[in-house]
Amino acid sequence: MLADPMLPVPYSVARRHVETADSATLLLEPVAEALPAFEPGQFTMLCVPGVGEVAISISGANGTGTLTQTVRDVGAVSRALHDAEPGATLGVRGPYGVGWGVASAIGRDVVVVAGGVGLAPLRPVVLALLADRASFGRMVLIVGARNPEEFLFREQLLGWTQHSDLEVELTVDVPAPEWVGPVGFVTEPLARLDIDPTRTTAFLCGPEPMMRFSADVLLRKGVAAEHIRVSLERNMKCGVGLCGHCQLGPLLVCRDGPVVTYDVAAPLLAIRGL
Amino acid sequence: MYTTEELARFPLLADLTESQLERVGSLGHTVTFATGHRIIEEGRPADRCWLIRSGRVALQTPLPNNAASTVQTLGPGDVLGWSWLLAPYRWRFDGVATEPVEAIEIDAVQLREFATHDCRLGYPLAMRLLEALADRLHGTRARLIDMYGSPRAS
Repeated sequence: MLADPMLPVPYSVARRHVETADSATLLLEPVAEALPAFEPGQFTMLCVPGVGEVAISISGANGTGTLTQTVRDVGAVSRALHDAEPGATLGVRGPYGVGWGVASAIGRDVVVVAGGVGLAPLRPVVLALLADRASFGRMVLIVGARNPEEFLFREQLLGWTQHSDLEVELTVDVPAPEWVGPVGFVTEPLARLDIDPTRTTAFLCGPEPMMRFSADVLLRKGVAAEHIRVSLERNMKCGVGLCGHCQLGPLLVCRDGPVVTYDVAAPLLAIRGL
Repeated sequence: MYTTEELARFPLLADLTESQLERVGSLGHTVTFATGHRIIEEGRPADRCWLIRSGRVALQTPLPNNAASTVQTLGPGDVLGWSWLLAPYRWRFDGVATEPVEAIEIDAVQLREFATHDCRLGYPLAMRLLEALADRLHGTRARLIDMYGSPRAS
């Protein structure tokens, strides 16, 4: 365990892969000491010296000592991270927060629904499920994107569509001329699923309305709210529950989340302005 | 072939009784469509509907130069075609199989007759159709929000 949770640990960018027009995935290697192993769904605070620090979810597999993080360019700090080239040194704190709790789905069917960059924190879930495939029942992955060019991890997604025991549905809001796949919001393929609600665990990540709409579909199918997990996003600063920037009602999202069950999330997401 | 049990698994027919399912089932038969087949065509009489068993159908509107814009796709469990229920009973979009499709084709003119003269059949059918349309409208509105778009202000 590192001595000071507020002290960034230096990592260097070993590889940068451009995912979409505004997103890139960085492979980070520790310069010296590595951070502790993470759980799928946890995040780190990534720092560009002289620019700033933001919370970024971990999008790669665990257990390698490296960190894989997918960054969308939406502001000054995330742009600096997004643009970081191999060889650059970044500061990393973490991993922080409550993860997806993949083990809670052992022996159950799993439905994963991701929208846009929401696939990034869910990718470790899919990798963990596939790594221990026999421990889970049916596995379904539904991914939505604005258009076919905006799917993250496109090559891997295509590979997953060939996986015999992983059902994958990729759907777009707006098709491109060459697109022959589904067109529609993620709730549409989700509504078509014939699931056993008593043995289904769902993991949802994406824009908040997407998660609410998807959770509504699952609730209508009879899935209990405590078996629906969502990843919340608020403005995180300290990452360790000290500063209160990410407060959401009684929760400090950095400490009590970002992943929470929907029985906890639903009443909070219903409050305007929170 | 199909059974009333299979029919009842389609959300559109889920609230019908066994005898009602038999009645609706008597109006149908199974069909298959190859990839690229245009099942319905905008402006043509809407006299049938399909309960999709497998495959995918793209709802499209034609554009100049033989192009088309896909507005939505339908899949297993969905009903293709509801314009048969409302005047002027003409399709509002094209429906094209984008992969091999197997479906139960229903004589929608007869179904409308049944529904018009028997409200115990017509009402649950209309309500289920309304639910399907509300879900499609909701999905369409969700796409209109463009919620995956960049939150960057400038």
